[in-house]
Amino acid sequence: MDIKDRILKLQPEATFEEQGDLIAVVAPGKFRALMEALRNEGDKMDYLREIMGLDNGTELGAVYYLESTATYEQIAVKTMTPDRENPMLPSVCDLWKTAEIKEREVYDFFGIRFLNNPDMRRIFLREDWKGYPLRKDYDMNSNPLNMENEVNADEGDEFVIDSYGSVEDLKNKIFDRNDFVVNIGPQHPSTHGVLRLRTSLEGEMVKKIDPVCGYIHRGIEKMAESMTYPQTLAMTDRLDYLSANQNRHALCMCIEKACGIEIPERAKYIRTIIDELQRIDSHLLYYSCLVMDMGGLTPFFYGFRDREMVLDILEDTTGGRLIQNYYVIGGVQADLHPEFQTKVKAFIKHLRGIIHEYHEIFTGNVIARERLIKVGMLSREDAISLGTTGGTGRASGWHNDVRKHHPYGMYDQVDFKEIVYDGCDSFDRYMVRMDEIMESMNIIEQLIDRIPEGDYKVKTKPIIKLPAGTYSASVETSRGEFMAIIVSDGGKSPVRLHFRSTGLPLVHALDTVCRGNKIADLIAIGGTLDYVIPDIDR
Amino acid sequence: MNGFLDYYNFKPVAEWIHSSLCGVMPEGLALFLEGLVVAVVIILLYAILAIALIYMERKVCAFFQCRLGPMRVGKWGLLQVFADVFKILIKEIIKLKNSDHFLYELAPYLVILASILTFSCLPWHNGMGIIDFNIGIFFVLAVSSIEVVGILLAGWSSNSKYTLIGAMRSGAMMISYELSLGMAMLAMVALSGTMSISGIVESQADGWNIFKGHIPAWIAFIVYLIAGNAEANRGPFDLAEAEQELTAGYHTEYSGMHFGFFYLAEYLNLFIVSGIAATVFLGGWMPLHIAGLDAFNQVMDYIPGVVWFFGKAFLIVFLLMWIKWTFPRLRIDQILTLEWKYLIPICLFNLLLMVVLKVYGLVF
Amino acid sequence: MKEPKIKSIPYSEFKDNEYLENMVAELNKDGVNVIVGKLDDLINWGRSNSLWSLTFGTSCCAIEFMALGAARYDMARFGFEVTRNSPRQADMIMVLGTITYKMAPVLKRLYDQMADPKYVIAIGGCTISGGPFKNSYHVVPGIDKIVPVDVYVPGCPPRPEAFYYGMMQLQRKIKLERFFGGVNRKEKEEDIQDESED
Repeated sequence: MDIKDRILKLQPEATFEEQGDLIAVVAPGKFRALMEALRNEGDKMDYLREIMGLDNGTELGAVYYLESTATYEQIAVKTMTPDRENPMLPSVCDLWKTAEIKEREVYDFFGIRFLNNPDMRRIFLREDWKGYPLRKDYDMNSNPLNMENEVNADEGDEFVIDSYGSVEDLKNKIFDRNDFVVNIGPQHPSTHGVLRLRTSLEGEMVKKIDPVCGYIHRGIEKMAESMTYPQTLAMTDRLDYLSANQNRHALCMCIEKACGIEIPERAKYIRTIIDELQRIDSHLLYYSCLVMDMGGLTPFFYGFRDREMVLDILEDTTGGRLIQNYYVIGGVQADLHPEFQTKVKAFIKHLRGIIHEYHEIFTGNVIARERLIKVGMLSREDAISLGTTGGTGRASGWHNDVRKHHPYGMYDQVDFKEIVYDGCDSFDRYMVRMDEIMESMNIIEQLIDRIPEGDYKVKTKPIIKLPAGTYSASVETSRGEFMAIIVSDGGKSPVRLHFRSTGLPLVHALDTVCRGNKIADLIAIGGTLDYVIPDIDR
Repeated sequence: MNGFLDYYNFKPVAEWIHSSLCGVMPEGLALFLEGLVVAVVIILLYAILAIALIYMERKVCAFFQCRLGPMRVGKWGLLQVFADVFKILIKEIIKLKNSDHFLYELAPYLVILASILTFSCLPWHNGMGIIDFNIGIFFVLAVSSIEVVGILLAGWSSNSKYTLIGAMRSGAMMISYELSLGMAMLAMVALSGTMSISGIVESQADGWNIFKGHIPAWIAFIVYLIAGNAEANRGPFDLAEAEQELTAGYHTEYSGMHFGFFYLAEYLNLFIVSGIAATVFLGGWMPLHIAGLDAFNQVMDYIPGVVWFFGKAFLIVFLLMWIKWTFPRLRIDQILTLEWKYLIPICLFNLLLMVVLKVYGLVF
Repeated sequence: MKEPKIKSIPYSEFKDNEYLENMVAELNKDGVNVIVGKLDDLINWGRSNSLWSLTFGTSCCAIEFMALGAARYDMARFGFEVTRNSPRQADMIMVLGTITYKMAPVLKRLYDQMADPKYVIAIGGCTISGGPFKNSYHVVPGIDKIVPVDVYVPGCPPRPEAFYYGMMQLQRKIKLERFFGGVNRKEKEEDIQDESED
């Protein structure tokens, strides 16, 4: 059944926006019923990809991107409310757990309150922040630098409509008076950046984790609204710097899709190969950081030793070690270095010959196995509901590889395995990454000798105007599904540019995964989940 | 006793010094002066060894990791640790506002005191044992436990959650591992028939304990290495510090030389654990003798005891560093499981085995 | 004129730093007592060669810092490899990445928690001026608004070689300090008056 018919059958009043992505628009009153039906009936839309808050100048609202894990069918649902003073939308966090934290994000930036979400606190900005920065009428100077230490409330707000029809604020306790709450972060060696985990402990056991993000929130989405499209590209590299090129790939694809640019075959090959090199780079770093988090200091150097070789290859071609600014709209910035192919082949040969060392020192180590196997269980249902894409989801038996199910670049023409484990534990999360290194090398080997001659870039105008509409593109980065969404009104800069953070669901999942485990496990689980904080905070 | 032991015997020298001093002053004053000199020597040796060990650790781990380690300060970075020492000596010592001042300042001294006391029990050379009396091993075990008190105090008095968790972990761990450490030693005491450190060394003149006691001695040796490693708070048992979990564990809030004391004690404990292992299992300053090879034994005798002692001790230090830089860290419950479910039963069985073998004369 | 020596890099290689030159001139204006001067040299030698940094990675530059510790660039050669996770035990804070409004009080607090002498190195465009995020509503445009900075290392992120150059600059700066007499800290009476008159 066509998805349009299905929605019309469920909600006859729904209208559709078809410029770019297919989006069903419903009124807030009908919204909740439609979402329930989509979630529970027929082909269940059980994976909530992203919630994007939206302010079109007059109305506030949110766009929900859904996907079915059985058929991989996708749909977006939009609901807008004209009330700017006191905007309210029904929460869907009982349908998809990931909505708990994503609704908080929308609340933080747009001030939309979600009824029945148990924890409506700010997540990125300070609790005493005035105003909602992503609204169009936000005064950029309204919050000067405040050097007072931030005080965090111990209770969250839940807004419900009581029997008289008025809104009531239930105060939900996050931590009890007697809880032993330890702040892990923001400056902590193992939070992989400036994440803060308020962790309540029972002895060594973790009772509850309350993640506090935003310590590296740079307001990229707001800044992008005053930039031209080629300028916005520079921001993607600085989100998840270990998937810099992959992030950029998503935004480039999104813009190219919107204005109908067909990129040359050569550029497609180059992008795919560079993406996979970046994945190897990221997974090697993942290995290094995981072992270091677990106290093994020597294996750390193994990963970095081989990572330097990848960086050398990338540097030859792109000129940067970490932040490369290589992809541009319509292709890539520069042609490949003449020695690129030989060097890549030499590197693959080297890595294949040396990867057994990684397994000898760590994978087979009895302490490592004791600390990873059957620790940090994340069931398939939870993984889908929490939206933990990437290796973390695949270790729980969820087939979610975007490269396989919604191919882009050259992925539909190469033969590769989607690495899926079903142990659901830390060890499988680790093994998924290690196997993906091998798989990435397979992909590169298939492509490296077939790179066609020709242009590496099509000429584009310096100022690109996108036709009005909503466009999205997603790629599989090193740590999950990364999505770039552009809302355009036909101008030279976006009305709204939103990125799906790969790390936010992972950090949200920490509470579910770590409860009942030890502090030491919390660190190891954090290492296996593999999040990068600047990508979460944006 | 064999004649060879007297080549480098320090005892006559010590006695000569003592008697000549007694000739010019009352005995009490002479003893006091000697004590003073010995104390200064011990503290100097302690500091120098700490510097050597830190340098060794940095170089050893660098070579394990295909790096060079310190290279710039002095030839091959030999002066690197001296630079660190100078810096840390004049670094500010921060006084915390909401801490228990007395305990907070006492803690590092307790740790260093325990470490120096244990350090003085080591048999450096023939006739050069400083603290040596009939219950030597017992004394070593007793004073080394003072360290736990220091660590617990440090964690508690800093009034920080991280330090508290670190201190509790290390309390639970060190007290547990002291049991198997003691029992491994007890097996060897049963073999030697004495608790005096010099007695244990001398009983190994005709063969090191690890050869004389064969199977139970090897078991005791391995248990001792595991427990000793835990006792010295070193990886994979470095839970008390656990940088990646607790930032710096029990000494998170200490700065300057107070932190320096913990740092020194950590490295010296490593040496002490190795020194005791060398004494009890590998014959202390006794040279290697192989029965029947008289010429070989003669050559070995010409090497001074102090060289033998340091050689053996540093060999074990190297072994422990190798372990530290290879393994990931254990978790607290795994550490306690290892101790209570495995090591202690093994130790008890081993003690019984040793006694039976000894009684029936099945050891050499 | 006293010229601080840094191993394997001639003094002339450190170009363009007038500010340091002036500092040397001012410090040595009245001459230095031999004993005190030698002691100062010893202390400065110790301090400059034993810079333990606080691990404070907020963003991209932190990954380059890790690469700095790895085998290829191996900062252990300089004795920089002892990174302390507790600010109490660190000598310098290397600010690796953007500092946002939410992070600013934390950075200030970490700086306050460090024991003297303490130094700050600002790594990367974001810490120096806000970098590409200068116009954002949530980014501090340069950490020198919050803490005093000793060395700036530009780049996005800087190459590991640039990290070393920055660290050597800091070493050079430390080698000029005067521990005894406290010339570095105490402001002269008339200077303070001058300022108040201005």
